[in-house]
Amino acid sequence: MLTVFLQFLFSGLTIGAVYALVGIGFNIIYNSTSIINLAQGEFVVIGGLLMWFFSESLKLPFFAAVLCTLISSGLVGLLIERLTIKPLKNPDLLLMIMITISVSIVLRGVLMFLFGKEPYVYPPFTEGEPINIYGAIIQQQTLWVISITLFCIILLFLFFKRTITGKAMLACAVNPTAAKLAGVNVSKMVMLSFILSAIVGAIGGMTITPISLMEYDKGPMLSVKGFCAAIMGGLGSNRGAVIGGFIIGILESMTAGYVHSGLKDAVALVILLLILFFKPSGIFITKSMSQLRKF
Amino acid sequence: MKKEDFMVFIVFFIFVGLLPLFIESNYALTIGIFSGINALVAIGLCILMGYAGQVSLGQAGFYGIGAYVSSILSVYYGFPVILGILSAMIVSAIAAVVLAVPALRLKGHYLAVATLGFGEIIYVILNEWGPGGPSGFGDIPHFNIAGYSIQTTKESFYFIWIIVAIVMLYSINLTKSNTGRILRAMHDSDTACEAIGINVPLLKIKVFILSALYASLAGSLYSHYVTFISPSSFSLFYSILILMMVIVGGSKNLWGAVAGAIVITVLPELLRKFQELDILVYGFILTLTLMFFRKGLVPIISEKIKNVRGYKFAKH
Repeated sequence: MLTVFLQFLFSGLTIGAVYALVGIGFNIIYNSTSIINLAQGEFVVIGGLLMWFFSESLKLPFFAAVLCTLISSGLVGLLIERLTIKPLKNPDLLLMIMITISVSIVLRGVLMFLFGKEPYVYPPFTEGEPINIYGAIIQQQTLWVISITLFCIILLFLFFKRTITGKAMLACAVNPTAAKLAGVNVSKMVMLSFILSAIVGAIGGMTITPISLMEYDKGPMLSVKGFCAAIMGGLGSNRGAVIGGFIIGILESMTAGYVHSGLKDAVALVILLLILFFKPSGIFITKSMSQLRKF
Repeated sequence: MKKEDFMVFIVFFIFVGLLPLFIESNYALTIGIFSGINALVAIGLCILMGYAGQVSLGQAGFYGIGAYVSSILSVYYGFPVILGILSAMIVSAIAAVVLAVPALRLKGHYLAVATLGFGEIIYVILNEWGPGGPSGFGDIPHFNIAGYSIQTTKESFYFIWIIVAIVMLYSINLTKSNTGRILRAMHDSDTACEAIGINVPLLKIKVFILSALYASLAGSLYSHYVTFISPSSFSLFYSILILMMVIVGGSKNLWGAVAGAIVITVLPELLRKFQELDILVYGFILTLTLMFFRKGLVPIISEKIKNVRGYKFAKH
């Protein structure tokens, strides 16, 4: 009993970590621009596929490949912001949603052109025997996924609380005009938020690919799940997105394991609807905080 | 209906009616049929978005209910097709009420995501419990009434577009009526509407039901035309496609929905020759349209026409 439960729990935590990273990616952009970037899931795919390209195809050493992947995904984020978001003057909400959706279609097209339709995989970060906890088998890569996710979260937390750039980014979210008056370069912060969120997404993709493989069309589902995580925790709250991501991941793997694997995708959505109907501001955000939001 | 609207209506549908006389290929007519089916869903979403100001990313859900309920009733329970279609519309209306009552309190992103969640749940249900599961089922009867079955491509083309014309006529009248004006007022400010004594929540729910009915009808027509359905036609991608149609065509204008439906349905067919690259080119065209023709194609073109006319008047 316990063995099976633990097995499901760990596979839930693994996929939950990726949802958490996607959710944080949503938050980073939302916090500085009030935009929901529905191309967020594509960043995860880009991370996984580029890592394969640098480490397996170009045979770069591990750390060089990681660095190259992070830099090139950051560049993708930068390009998206400069080419599609920046040229728009006073866009409305719906237009922004549609633009990010159509950007995600372009990204999928590019990925399919470059990598084709087959799934990609590369060896885990460390070779070694899986760990056995009460009979549950845990791959070493699972530990990597969870610990790298937690590490990212701590770094981001420090960035937003301790550095002047991070604080400036938060200021743009609350009131862009006031931030501008205080000397914050809003346009630069928006650009930075896209780069950062692309990198966060790519980290998720890099770590999960050895476990669950990566193909060009995985993006939309990741976007939806990550968005569920972000909404669950309250849009804008990184702590909320992390907890939301893990909860959704665990519930999903429990449903797949104990109930029926086909219903796994419905779980996140049912939770999402319940939260939206009963506490739309999310679990971890107070009402007054949510009233500050533009959308 | 104003005279000008009526003229546009007549000219457009006469043009559509003449098309099959010049187009011999069944392939082209089939694309025309799908344009008509998509136009039905898009018109519903256009009223919901452009007039009532509510977003929906869940139209595929109602489209799917329409297709599955009416097909299941006619294949497994021997319902006449028309009764199946009507039953499906009732089911969709009930689903719309259940979704709308809590969801329409939400705004912006949240409403978009709630409807998206609804659509995906329907998709999962169809996948799991629909006949044939993910691979779907076939042998769905063609639309028939009083012993006459609509089977050939040409007949179907006329049949679908006559329904589009009826729906369009009703929708134009609705949006030009008092209700239409209230809807546009609601689009701008809920509070102002409530202040002058309009029951805003009730009206929102009614419009939501209307859009669900259109989508359900379109879904039923689709299933009885292609006679084989599987869940993949009713995924989130379809909802996004419909949203694209409304935005590309221009959400403030019902003709925008029709034009958008035609453009977005025909475009992938024209891009076939790019083969592997089609999704890329498609994405690029969409992105550029959204960025540079923000109001949508129909408003921009009609403005151009008006400008030309204004220029002529100025000359005289």
